[in-house]
Amino acid sequence: MNAIATNQTLLVIGGGISGMSAALEAAECGAEVVLVERNASLGGRTAQIYRYFPKLCHPLCGLEINLRRLRANPRVRVLTLAEVTEVSGRRGNYRVQVKLAPRYVNERCTACGECAKVVTRTIPNPYNQGLDTIKAAYLPHALAHPQRYVLDASLLGSPEAEAARAACPVGAIDLQMGVETIELSVGSIIWATGWKPYDAVKIQPYGYGRYLDVVTSVEFERLADPRGPTRGRILRPSNGEPATNIAFIQCAGSRDENHLRHCSRVCCMVSLKQTQYLREAAPEGAQATVYYIDIRAIDRFENFYQQVRADARVKFLKSKVARIVHNAQSGQLVLHGVDTEGYHRYAREHDLVVLAVGMEPETNGLDLPEDLIRDASGFIEGSSDGGQFGAGGAAAPLDVNRAVQSATAAALRALQVTRAAARAEELKG
Amino acid sequence: MSEADHSSAYRREFLAEVEREVEGGTWVKMCMQCGVCAGSCPFGPHWEHSPQKIFMMIRAGQREAVLRSESMWLCTSCYNCVVRCPRQLPVTHIMHGLASYAQKLGLAPKLQATRDFSLQFWENCTRTGRVNEMRLTLGLYFREGLVAGFKQAWAMRTVAWGLLRAGRLNPAELVGGHRCADANGIKAMLAKAREIEARRKAQHGH
Repeated sequence: MNAIATNQTLLVIGGGISGMSAALEAAECGAEVVLVERNASLGGRTAQIYRYFPKLCHPLCGLEINLRRLRANPRVRVLTLAEVTEVSGRRGNYRVQVKLAPRYVNERCTACGECAKVVTRTIPNPYNQGLDTIKAAYLPHALAHPQRYVLDASLLGSPEAEAARAACPVGAIDLQMGVETIELSVGSIIWATGWKPYDAVKIQPYGYGRYLDVVTSVEFERLADPRGPTRGRILRPSNGEPATNIAFIQCAGSRDENHLRHCSRVCCMVSLKQTQYLREAAPEGAQATVYYIDIRAIDRFENFYQQVRADARVKFLKSKVARIVHNAQSGQLVLHGVDTEGYHRYAREHDLVVLAVGMEPETNGLDLPEDLIRDASGFIEGSSDGGQFGAGGAAAPLDVNRAVQSATAAALRALQVTRAAARAEELKG
Repeated sequence: MSEADHSSAYRREFLAEVEREVEGGTWVKMCMQCGVCAGSCPFGPHWEHSPQKIFMMIRAGQREAVLRSESMWLCTSCYNCVVRCPRQLPVTHIMHGLASYAQKLGLAPKLQATRDFSLQFWENCTRTGRVNEMRLTLGLYFREGLVAGFKQAWAMRTVAWGLLRAGRLNPAELVGGHRCADANGIKAMLAKAREIEARRKAQHGH
C-alpha cells in the first residue's frame, strides 16, 4: 500500500481504544483510514487496565474484538512508532507530516522470541508503568498489535544487538533502520490522543515520590494484574510485604484550582473497582478505606457504589486528606485530616496509599496546531475549520465505555467531512 | 427546646450578612467542605471550630455561635490553608474578617488574648505612629489585674535586664515616649482610610 493517502482519507491520531474504535467505525462505513500510534503497539492505556468497572470484566476481551475487526479490514492502515509532527492545510485537504521511529525489527518478525533469549540488557517496562523491567528486545504485551518485537534503541552499537540479529531465524532484525518522515494528504483528522495521569509529585502534601508506599491508581492497576510486576499480589513497594490496610484518596489532583480544575469523573469508580481487587489479590483479608469529598458514581454506577458500600472490608471516610506523614518507626503512612461528617480530627495509619489521580490530556505540554479548539483544561474539542475532531480521553475525561461512544460520534462527523470532499471532487471531475 | 428557641439559633440571612459585611465573605459559599483547611491548620487541635466548620455554620445560619466564637481569633496567619484550598478561598482573610466584624458588633469574646493584644497594639501605635514597647508590654502584663501583672513582670526580670543593658528597653518611654515626626499626619491618614471604607461600603457592600 502506498503511504500517500488522498483527501478522502481519514487520519486518526492515537491507537488506544478510542482511536481504534473511530478508525474501525469509519473503515466499516467504507472510508480509507490511516491510524497513527506513537507507541510500538495499539491498545493504549486500556491495555494496561486490569479490569473494567462495573462488571469487573477484562479489557483484553474488548481489545481482542477490535483487533479482529482491524485484521479483517483492509481499509485501515496502521502506523506504529509514528508521531504527527505537523498539520497544515484545511478541512477536506490537510497535509500531515508523520515521523516514524525505527523499530529495528521489520514485518518478517514472527514473534518467536529468539532475539530476547540472547539479550541480557533490561529496560524499565512501560507496560507495567516502569514498576519492573523487561529485556531490551521485547514484545510490548501479550495482545500487542502488530505482533512484532521491538529492539530498544539502547541496544544499538552493543554486541548484544549483533547477537540478536544473528539469533533471528527469519532475518527480521535490521539495525540500519533510521528515522523516516512521511507526508499524508487527508480530508479529516480525529485526535484520539488520549489522556495521561496527573503528575502526582506535584501534590506535595501526599508525598508521592518521597514515600515508596504512596502509589497512583494507574500503578495500582498493574499491581493487581497477574501479568503485572507482582503477579497480581498487592505488595508494599517499600518492603514487598502484602498490603493489609489500604487507603484510597480521591480527587488527587482533580477539582483543585492548584492542580486540575476539572472533575476527572472516572476516578471514583476506579477506586471503588480497585477495592474489589482485594477479594482475589489479598484473600487473607485486607481492609480498604476510601477518603472522598463526594462519590461521583453517575447513573447506573450507583448500584455498584451501593454494592461496595455494603462490603464490610471497605470503609468510607468523607474527607479530603490534608497531608501524609511517614512514621519512620512503624514504616506506616499516617494520614492527617478532619472528616466532614462531625468534624473529627484524625491521624490514621495505612500501609499502602493509592492516589486516585486525575486525568489530563496526553497532549498537554505539546505543540498542537493553532486552530485546534481546546477547553480550559486542554481537552480537544475540534478545529475551527470543522475538519478535525477530538475523541475519547483526548476530548474529555471519560471511561472506556463513554470514550468509545465519543469515538464513534467523532467518526461520524469526520465521515461527513471526507464525504463532502469526495462529492466536491466528483463535481469538479 | 421549644420550636421558637430552636429557630432563633439559626438565622437564615446570616450568609447574606457575612457576604455583605465581612471581608472575603463572598467566598464562603464557594467552600466544598473537603476539610483540607482544617487538616492543614497547625492550630487545628486547639480551636473549637475549624475554618471548614465555621463556613458550614455560617451557611447554616448559626450567627451567635460563629460571631461569639474564639476560633477565628486563634488564626496565626500561616496561610497553609490558603495555599492548599482546592477552591483557592482566602481562608486566612475570611477568619480575620469575621474576627473584625465580631469585634465591631461587640460580640467578640472579651478576655480572648489575641483580641486583647490586637486592640492594645492598634491603640498604642496609632496614637504616636510608633509602637511604644514599654507601654504595650506592661499593658499586656497588667490586663488581668495588678497581682497578675507584677507576677508576670517578675518572671521576666532577667529578660528585661538583658534588654536594658543592650539598650533595647528604655524606661523613659513610660512617660511620653518617642513619636513619628508627623503623628497628626498618621491620624489624618487613618481618618481618610475610614472615610473611604465607609463610602465604598455604602456603595456596594464589601
